[in-house]
Parts: sequence; C-alpha cells; structure tokens
Amino acid sequence: MLRYVLKRFLTAIPTLFVIVTISFFLMRVAPGGPFNQEKGLNPVIKANLEKVYHLNEPLWKQYLLYLNNLLHGDFGPSYNLPDFTVGELFAAGLPISIQLGLSALVLALVIGGMLGIIAALYQNHAADYAVIATATAGSTIPTFVIAPLFQLFFALTLKWFPVGGWGDGAFVNKVGPILTLMLPQLAVVARLMRGSMIESLRAHHIRTVRAMGLSDYSVIIRHALRGALLPVISYAGPAAAALLTGSIIVETIFSIPGVGRYFVEAALNRDYTLVMGTVVVIALFTILFNLIVDVLYAVVDPRVRYD
Amino acid sequence: MTDAVIPAAPGRSLWGDAWNRMKANRAAMISLYFLVFMAVLCIAGPWFTPHAFTTIYQDYNRVPPSLQPYPKADKIELAVTDAVRRARVELAGWEERDSKVFITVTSAKPVDERVTRYIDRSDVFENAVVTEKSADGTRLTLSADVERKYFYFGTDNSGRDLLTRTLVAGRVSLAIGLLAGLVAVFIGVLYGATAGFTGGKTDEVMMRIVDILYALPFIFFVIMLVVFFGRNFVLMFLAVGAVLWLDMARIVRGQALSIKRQEYVQAAEALGVSRAGILLRHVVPNLLGPVVIYMTLLVPQVIILESFLSFLGLGVQEPMSSWGVLISQGAKNIPGANWLLFFPSLFLTTTLFALNFIGDGLRDALDPKDR
Repeated sequence: MLRYVLKRFLTAIPTLFVIVTISFFLMRVAPGGPFNQEKGLNPVIKANLEKVYHLNEPLWKQYLLYLNNLLHGDFGPSYNLPDFTVGELFAAGLPISIQLGLSALVLALVIGGMLGIIAALYQNHAADYAVIATATAGSTIPTFVIAPLFQLFFALTLKWFPVGGWGDGAFVNKVGPILTLMLPQLAVVARLMRGSMIESLRAHHIRTVRAMGLSDYSVIIRHALRGALLPVISYAGPAAAALLTGSIIVETIFSIPGVGRYFVEAALNRDYTLVMGTVVVIALFTILFNLIVDVLYAVVDPRVRYD
Repeated sequence: MTDAVIPAAPGRSLWGDAWNRMKANRAAMISLYFLVFMAVLCIAGPWFTPHAFTTIYQDYNRVPPSLQPYPKADKIELAVTDAVRRARVELAGWEERDSKVFITVTSAKPVDERVTRYIDRSDVFENAVVTEKSADGTRLTLSADVERKYFYFGTDNSGRDLLTRTLVAGRVSLAIGLLAGLVAVFIGVLYGATAGFTGGKTDEVMMRIVDILYALPFIFFVIMLVVFFGRNFVLMFLAVGAVLWLDMARIVRGQALSIKRQEYVQAAEALGVSRAGILLRHVVPNLLGPVVIYMTLLVPQVIILESFLSFLGLGVQEPMSSWGVLISQGAKNIPGANWLLFFPSLFLTTTLFALNFIGDGLRDALDPKDR
C-alpha cells in the first residue's frame, strides 16, 4: 500500500507539470496584462513595474523562473494586491475555505447518506419519494438562487443569521455558507447512495447474512453499506477538492474572505501569479483527493488491492 | 385454396418504441409540454407584452408586481405635483374623473399654454390639453389622460418591465443552452467517435488529451475563453460549448468501442461495406441514444453555466439580459425588491426541472436494458 501511495505521488508530478505549463502559456497568450489599467499608466512607471516583476523578459525565461520559484515553494507576489504574496493570501484565505468546505462535505455525506439509505429501504414509499424530490430540487436549483433565498428568508425576514460576513468565524456566520454549499452535494450523495444501496441489498452475500439471522442493523450497516459506499466515495473525491478550494458564488454572496473569489478576480485583472497559484492549489487538491479515494476504495472493498 | 394474406406486423423501430415508453412517463410528458410552453412563451411573449424590454419608465422604478394597473392613487398626486413643480407654476387644485385628471394651475404672470408638455413628459399622463383659460391668462385648467400601465412582475431598478425582461432573458438562456449544447455534442461526437473507431495509438493519445483537459480547473478555461472572445454573445457560447464536450467525447468513445466489435458491424465488413457506410449506417444510429440523453442533461448544465457567468458579470451584457443576469440583479436587491429575484429564479428553476425530468425520461425510454 505504501509503495502504491508513493508511486501515485510520483506520477502526480508530471501531471502537475503539464497543468502548470498549459495554464501558464494559455494565460499569457490572452491579451492584456496586469498593469494595463483603464486610466493608462505612465509608460516609464509601467516599464519599471514590469522590470521588477521580470515581465519584460522573454516568455520562456519567465516560465523557467516561475517553475524554479514554484519548486522552492514560492508562489510569487500578487500584482494587484501588492502588499501580499500569493502564499500569504492563501495562508489567510485557505483555512476559511477549507473549514466551510469540509463542514459542508461531512454534513452532505452523513445526511445525504442517511437519506439515501432510508430511501433505498423504503423504495417506492412516501419516504423514498420525499428523498427523491429533495434530491432533485437540491441538484436542480443553482447555488446562486439558493444563497440569496436563504438570505431573504433566514437573515432578512426571520433575522436568525447575519446576511453575510465572516465575523471572525462566529457560528451564526457559517450557517448560511455551509448550508448552501452542502445542499447540492447532499442531493447527489443521497441519489447515489439510494441507487447503490438498492443494488447492494440485492446482492447474494446480503441474502446469505439475512439467512444467517443477523439483525437488520447489522445487515444494513455492516454488510450492505460497505458495498454501497463505493460510488459515493468516487463522487466525494473530486467534490471535496472543489469544495475545499472555495466556491466563488457562496463566498461572493456571503462576503466570506476565502480563496474562492481570487480566481475570477485574478484572471480578469491578469494577476498572473495569483491565477497560477490558484491553478496549482486546485490541481494539488484534486490529485490528493483522487489518491485518498483510491486508498479508501481498498479499505472499504477488500477485493481492491494495489500490490 | 385461398391464400390467407397475413399482413406483416409493422416493425417497431427503436425510436417508435422509445416514444411509446416516453408517453407512458407522466413526469417526462408534463415536463415536455411545459418546456414547449416555456419556449413559446419566451419567444412569442415579448411581442404581446405592453412594454419593450429596454423601455425605461422613470416614474415607475422598483414598483412591486401587481395585477391592478399603475399608477395607484397616491402616485397620481405625486406625479401631478411633480409635473406642476417642473412647469414652475402654482397648483391650485386637481381632481381625477374617469381616468382623466383635471389640473388647475395659476401663476403671477399669464401661463404659457405649452405647460401641457410638462404634463405629457410624465410617464403617468398623456394627451394633455388646455380646457379652460381665465381672461387674464393667469389661471389655466388642463386635462390629461391617465396612462394605465400593467406591471404584472413589477419593474427593476431602472424602471423596466420585469415580465418582458424575464421573457426576453428566457429567449437568451434557452437559445444559449441549445446552441452551446449542440456545439458540445458536435465536437464530442466527432472526437469520441474518431478516437473509439480508430483505436490503437491514436485513441490513446486523444484520450490522454481529454484527461489533461479534465484536470484543468474548468472555470479557468471558461474565463480564458471569455477573455479571448471578448463579451461577444454568440462566440462566447460557442466557446462554452467547446469546453463542455469532454464528457460527451468519453461517452461516445466508449460506445464506439463496443459498437465496433458487434456482429452486425463484422457482418457489414464481411459484405464489403465501406468504412463510411458502416459509420453512417451502423455506428451513428446506435450512438444516437446516449447522445440524445446526454444532450438533454447538457442543456440545463449550459444554462446554469451561462447564468453563473452572467452572475459574475462575464456573460450577457446590458441591455440584453438572461436569467442569470436577472437573478444576479435580484440577489443584489433582495431587501427592498424581492420580486426581482423571485420571478427569474422561478422561470430558471422550473425550466431546469423540466429539462431534468425529460432527460431522465429519455434515459428510461432509450435504455434497452430496462425492457
């Protein structure tokens, strides 16, 4: 197992390299630059700024320079937020995004999983239809509709929660963002869980353990759930990577100082280093969670071996 | 001996069969009718609403939705005092009778009759005329028709009719969904079928490229395309379609791989049918099922993506509008004007629901394993 994990880490390096390379050049062929403001900067100042950030060098040299810095863990300075390095911005924002994303993910897995199991056990009964309806609604209504509606009802009308803001991580400030992040994921998890649980309950080994007289609880939780977890796990991996690196919509609507907002802002302002930093972080999370998924697969399903 | 002619039973095609099963699926059929209704409403509706989607009524910004005509009584008074103040004359009195107003104004100097123009300029009144004039001309009675305007969905911040805007936005959203969906399907089918049907090294290289594109953050890609193409409406959505073809390519490749090993393809090969003939007669028709299913699921994805981009301010630009644009404006105005969020959200969400149910229904209808 350890060898497998190590091997996966090694194969991740070329993938990451390709992603960085493509993103770097794709971004640089886009017209405009970080210092092309609407007002027009004094050409001398602009030239000096570009010199400081090595933007006047040939592109291949800049690319090698960036790769070199990246290897030393240096994401470079942000062009549009000149007081901060990209590393500092992530150090401040990433914990917030991770905290919200992780809470949403765990809740979605637990609640969605339970709903899915209930729906599977009571297939074609009222409970099942209720879960299907919730799941359809959750996966159909976009986040940018749910979030303002949440603000309208729970913050402005009922005044249970603040409309937005981080409030130094106060619990009431987190409820809205976590719920809106959670709902679409919960919907998908419930749907997946229902489908795979129905299939799992029909398997031969379940008939066997039932015949052996095991309790319902034991049959469902210890035996059927194991097999049913696999599709959920393979969905949760990429979903976790996306959730933990912050959501643009949720962070914008609820004014959360996470990292989700940086991407769009940075790309529009041609804040090259910040864009690249975001790409690298998202790619790292994606690779990491895909690895975790594969390891979990082996843990949950003894038929999967990586030797 | 009479030859009993047994009429050949009409063959049941895959599509006829699928249509029959689709008809049995109530949720899918209701959704289908709803979607057709929504499309007709959005395409034809704006011609029948009393307002153009760009017309700005300065006197009616942010009025709530109402089945009763505007102006309301208090609004008339406000409009009268406002118009008279602008005309720089004194208001001596006014009254409203059978949707006409009679305004009496006075002034120290004789009142110019062109004062009617100030009344006409308001969105509330039209056809202002002088009905009475005192001998010295310092006292004038004007009459004007009160313009009845209906804003069933209310108006937005600039005083534009939300009903018309929602319908026009629906045209844009639906058109984009269809356009970008078709582009994605076209590229995906072409790419996937080529990879799957050619096989070998070509297939491997082509699918590796897809894997790498998958690993790139999707939103990054879209933003780069927006930057390249500017905010040109059609080009941008061709671009969005060009990003969404990856799943399609994978599905089609998988299908093509399995179809190419089927006996009927081998039989056709043995009979000497050309490659193009096999592709057209056997591979493409058998690919259509999954492609159609995926397309119905792709269209809502595209609509969401467009709304998402518009929400970020990268999509459709004013005065053109899409459901995403309207929702983002609505989200900014919820404390004072929640109808601005409600109606576009309702239209978008019901359309997405309908598309999803149709997609599910098609999947059930076209899935041969399910018979």
